[in-house]
Amino acid sequence: MKNSKKITYSIILAVIILAFLFFLETNKANYGMAYTVLMKGAILAVVAVSMNLVTGFTGLFSLGQAGFMAIGAYITAIFLIPTDTIQDVYYISGVSPAIMNFKNLLDSTPGWLQVINPYIALMTGGLAAALFAALIGIPVLRLKSDYLAIATLGFSEIMRAIISSPQLDTITNGSYGLKKIHGFSSIIQTFTIAAVCITFMVLLIRSTYGRAFKAIREDDTAAEAMGINLFKHKQLSFVVGSFFSGVSGGMLAMFMRSIDSKTFSVSLTYDILLIVVIGGIGSVTGSVISALLVTVSKEWWLRFFDNPLYIGSFQVPFFRTGFRMVVFSIILLAVVLFYQRGLMGKSEFSWEKIGKSVSGLKGFILKKTSKGGSNHVK
Amino acid sequence: MAKNNLLSIEDLCVSYGGIKAVKGISLVVSEGDIVTLIGANGAGKSTILRTISGLVKPERGKITYNGEDITGAQTTTLVEKGITLVPEGRRVFPNLTVLENLKIGAYLRKDNLEEDIQRIYKLFPRLEERSWQLAGTLSGGEQQMLAVGRALMSRPKLIMMDEPSLGLAPIIVNEIMNIIKTINKEGVTILLVEQNANLALRIAHGGYVCETGNITMEGTGMELLNDETVKAAYLGKAKKK
Repeated sequence: MKNSKKITYSIILAVIILAFLFFLETNKANYGMAYTVLMKGAILAVVAVSMNLVTGFTGLFSLGQAGFMAIGAYITAIFLIPTDTIQDVYYISGVSPAIMNFKNLLDSTPGWLQVINPYIALMTGGLAAALFAALIGIPVLRLKSDYLAIATLGFSEIMRAIISSPQLDTITNGSYGLKKIHGFSSIIQTFTIAAVCITFMVLLIRSTYGRAFKAIREDDTAAEAMGINLFKHKQLSFVVGSFFSGVSGGMLAMFMRSIDSKTFSVSLTYDILLIVVIGGIGSVTGSVISALLVTVSKEWWLRFFDNPLYIGSFQVPFFRTGFRMVVFSIILLAVVLFYQRGLMGKSEFSWEKIGKSVSGLKGFILKKTSKGGSNHVK
Repeated sequence: MAKNNLLSIEDLCVSYGGIKAVKGISLVVSEGDIVTLIGANGAGKSTILRTISGLVKPERGKITYNGEDITGAQTTTLVEKGITLVPEGRRVFPNLTVLENLKIGAYLRKDNLEEDIQRIYKLFPRLEERSWQLAGTLSGGEQQMLAVGRALMSRPKLIMMDEPSLGLAPIIVNEIMNIIKTINKEGVTILLVEQNANLALRIAHGGYVCETGNITMEGTGMELLNDETVKAAYLGKAKKK
């Protein structure tokens, strides 16, 4: 397929998505469920791709995502709680003077800076997460496979404990969490930020660094023998992945408008891991599709199972609140047992494949229709 | 004509934990030569190669390359200087394509690779046919060719091969040995570790016999090939007399 054709198709696809998002934005009231669920899906897509970068492409089994998301979320939240309501948020322990000074400083900045404030907040959150990753990466990245997973999991739990500790009451509001966070202006904003983040990671994966990451995943001794500095590349992948985990944590804070330490428990990491596994470990498009699919089905489509169902006067058993999670778990089990490579395996979405399957389908239909007539021999 | 010593090792000792794998060996590789290191399993041959390429740190001893002390240097700097290892058991990257494997071999180079890729394809036409195939789907011999090609992509002056004949059919082994000779004729110095002593000594200019961490014998390829003890121990021919 020609490049120009591919670009045309991609532009058409982008326009369709954009038009759809505009439609949702203007009809928010009627499509509330789709609106929120897609927004959450886009946010989870960012963190799923960042986890895929570290786990799927570099082969570092890291389970610290929730911890890095928490760092990003709390920093973004502090940036984005309006100054006039901040006292209400910290109503129990009072707000730390440092934060108050910082908020006043932010308010005194010129107008254009206030407009891009959410972006600065997300960037700062991501950078803080990256800094933490760089620091813990030094001891932790010497570990391999399961040991690395346990160490990063530990880090994530420590972060959560620190955030909810009473000593930090005036900064993180301890176990009460932060609320009244300024949210996204529109779903288009959410999707744009997500798209920029994912594009950056895709560019990294496609660069020579990405190739080195894959070499480390495949065989680290051979990679080292080729002159690839293992520690430097592992550290790079880990830090970049954590940066985007932090950014998506900030996005999650903006989406939920209120966060507390329980939001960032281990189960959040597992949810993301699940998305990555279903999408295919080592496929960016797989992660994106699966993030949207998993979120939509978990929060919306499977809701059907939560309501009592009557066929005539007969009430179908099991259909009650919580049953959707049972169904969801069964689907998961099926995926893990029978579909281990996930939706996409290690491959990516490409117009060539779509083109091939379309022409294959065409040929199939043509064969069927021409069967009645004379057999053509080419 | 006195040849320049490209690599020389003096009194090298390497231990894994408390176990001494290499116990004070010395050897010299002259520029433009094929030098082979033969010996049984566990003699320490692979350890010597791994130490030269910086994957293992030596306990004692000195490694000199082109007159420069490189003892304990990082693998990255060594590859930059022109020492590349073809690791034991091929170790290609199975889920990457042949072409990607070759490109990783040139990871440290910033210049244009096209010329080198064509050179490798000329050397191994089969790799060109399979350039889009995943390396894991190649046959053993093709994987070994890929491993050698990948190492050549870094434009090494000294290429060290760890048992390139391992697990390959005799006809493929001959092919690999011919390729080693070709590479050598193009000006690359080769340090070859082999268990297949017969073949290795036939193509080598010089050889060393390694036994339980020591070097017990050295000489030219032909000398060793005709030596009665080597024959008995490694070439599978009974001592006559």
